Amino acid sequence: MSDDSWTIRVGTLTRVEGEGALNVRLRDGHVETVELNIYEPPRFFEAFLRGRPLEDVPDITARICGICPVAYQMSAVHALEAALEIEITPEIRELRRLLYCGEWIESHTLHMHLLHAPDFHGCASGLELARLFPREVQRGLRLKKIGNRLLEILGGRSVHPINVCVGGFYRSPQPLLLQELIPDLEWGVTAAAEATRWVAGFPFPDFVRDYDLIALTPEAEYPFHARTFASSKGTSFSVAEYEKVLEEHQVPHSTALQARRRENAASCLFGPLARIHLNFEHLHPEARTVAEECGIEWPCRNPFQSIVARGIEVVQAFAEALRIIRAYTLPRQSRIPYEPRAGVGMAATEAPRGTLYHRYEVDEAGRIAQAVIIPPTSQNQQQIEEDLREYLPRLLTLEHAEIADHCERLIRTYDPCISCATHFLKFTLERDDSPHVPPDPSLPPD
Amino acid sequence: MSQKLRLAVFKFASCDGCQLSLLNAEDELLALAEQVEIAHFAEASSLLGAGPFDIALVEGSITTAHDAERIQQVRQSAKTLITIGACATSGGIQALRNWGDHEEFLRIVYPRPEYIESLATSTPISAHVPVDFELQGCPVNTGQLVGILADVLHQRQIRVPNHSVCRTCKLQGVVCVAVARGVPCLGPITQAGCGALCPRFDRGCYGCFGPVVQANAESLTDWLVQREHQSPAVLVPLLRNFNAQAPAFQASGDRLAAGEMNRGDMP
Repeated sequence: MSDDSWTIRVGTLTRVEGEGALNVRLRDGHVETVELNIYEPPRFFEAFLRGRPLEDVPDITARICGICPVAYQMSAVHALEAALEIEITPEIRELRRLLYCGEWIESHTLHMHLLHAPDFHGCASGLELARLFPREVQRGLRLKKIGNRLLEILGGRSVHPINVCVGGFYRSPQPLLLQELIPDLEWGVTAAAEATRWVAGFPFPDFVRDYDLIALTPEAEYPFHARTFASSKGTSFSVAEYEKVLEEHQVPHSTALQARRRENAASCLFGPLARIHLNFEHLHPEARTVAEECGIEWPCRNPFQSIVARGIEVVQAFAEALRIIRAYTLPRQSRIPYEPRAGVGMAATEAPRGTLYHRYEVDEAGRIAQAVIIPPTSQNQQQIEEDLREYLPRLLTLEHAEIADHCERLIRTYDPCISCATHFLKFTLERDDSPHVPPDPSLPPD
Repeated sequence: MSQKLRLAVFKFASCDGCQLSLLNAEDELLALAEQVEIAHFAEASSLLGAGPFDIALVEGSITTAHDAERIQQVRQSAKTLITIGACATSGGIQALRNWGDHEEFLRIVYPRPEYIESLATSTPISAHVPVDFELQGCPVNTGQLVGILADVLHQRQIRVPNHSVCRTCKLQGVVCVAVARGVPCLGPITQAGCGALCPRFDRGCYGCFGPVVQANAESLTDWLVQREHQSPAVLVPLLRNFNAQAPAFQASGDRLAAGEMNRGDMP
């Protein structure tokens, strides 16, 4: 047993969505391995979708994640429409963007206020934070509620909306119902800008990474759905090339597959920092002003500052929702009819936490023959491990509990959704000569 | 009440949507936190308190050997155990594996199936431990969730309306999508609580709140086949989704899939 190797075992990572653990192994004072261990039980969506009617896919894949069901529904319908060669109308596309605005607002404000902000103020929860910052947390909850209200009007409900179908929507929303939201949305643009300035003043660790930032890059708008990706390393590729450029591979320590660049196994970062960098010029003026005046230089490569990027995207989502609703009139058709046919289609959309890719093969009877789903947390998982590896050396002089705490905070900055790919992160830090301690997931403490 | 009730939230195989429904009670959340001690709620707080708990809300189904042990400990730690949502109450969408080949499912999803620990079945919490109340829905209704917490808080009997979606439609004056347009709809056999959302949005109910008590699924499916000329190819997947394993839905779906139904004996 050498003196410079040691073991830490800490509890549960919290304030993330899903269940996972972190295992760190040290040798001679160096970080040897960092394993983000996702033990969220597998649910086999890609398997049981086979043979189902393609119409079931948006409702079923929504159940992969209760926080971002709209993302699953949107990637699903766009991919299936590509397989069936359905062209949707501009009106349907606008309503889909509006639905996505609701989800970004709901998911980002939840993460900013209840999950992430507590880290910067030594609080265990958003409820505890509310005692220190009652006005700010109340404001966050009101913003979140407006996002949920938008989802309810357009989707029927905020968790697992019921109005999305292949070809469009089951029913177009009544203009009056949406227009009634305008005063709240106008308040939201201003309040979200205030919230962003509030979080921009938090104390951020000085930690800058050379990320390969990847996001969808539409020609003339901030991305929800597009057919082209761009990377901060200067490359671009189409959604049809996605699986050629990126691959999913399996590691023994995780029930989530990890995505990486096929050519060199390099990690990439998806999500708000990537989207803002690659689509800055498409931000609404209100969002752009906040981005320019919040004291952060773009591109931002400090993962801790992703909370500010989320705030900017909340401003963006409110402004975009206002634009769409102000122009909205009841469309002639809520959905495009189609006949089943055999085909393959793929699509990617921007879930709040990063890009979500779906590919489906359908048969001539309209049944799913094959489904491939690559969720955002899979995309970011390898990057999270690499960031931890880079971040850990500066922590090693701290107490064990503090090291775990700092690692959890770094993981939380990605807003990982481990149900899509975790909740409990158990943290073990292992020295080279100690037996590997397997994670003991989520036992209730006794 | 001198001491606050201690609330815990536990997750098993699920999507997090039902616990999110609690965080979605934006108007009630801070008030609720005044009334109860949120002692263990990993999605919302880093302070993971130890039991015993007065109320445990359980989301998700049992799909691993480890979780089958963990639910026993949750039960022992909780005075009142309430399941929230379709996964915890009927096994959820992941119970579709019960009709498939688990080994094949592993191979379809994972290049190295040997790394994965998973049971061949997804089972509801009640298959493992006694449950005090089951709140149905995929996802649960936030108002009902806050309501049952208030019931426990005020020591009332927990109750939610136990009528069908069909009746909600009638109460709301929604035109019947099944009768008027021949759309297959599970409203007559599905537990209310969603506010008849799907019929209000011009689509048939797909049963995400699970079967209502005394659901006569056989009669409904016979009617849909004989009178509306719906095929089992449409109705079996409709019954086999988020509550596929709930007994009423399962029996009816299996009967249709096996081609057993009463043909032609309807007026």
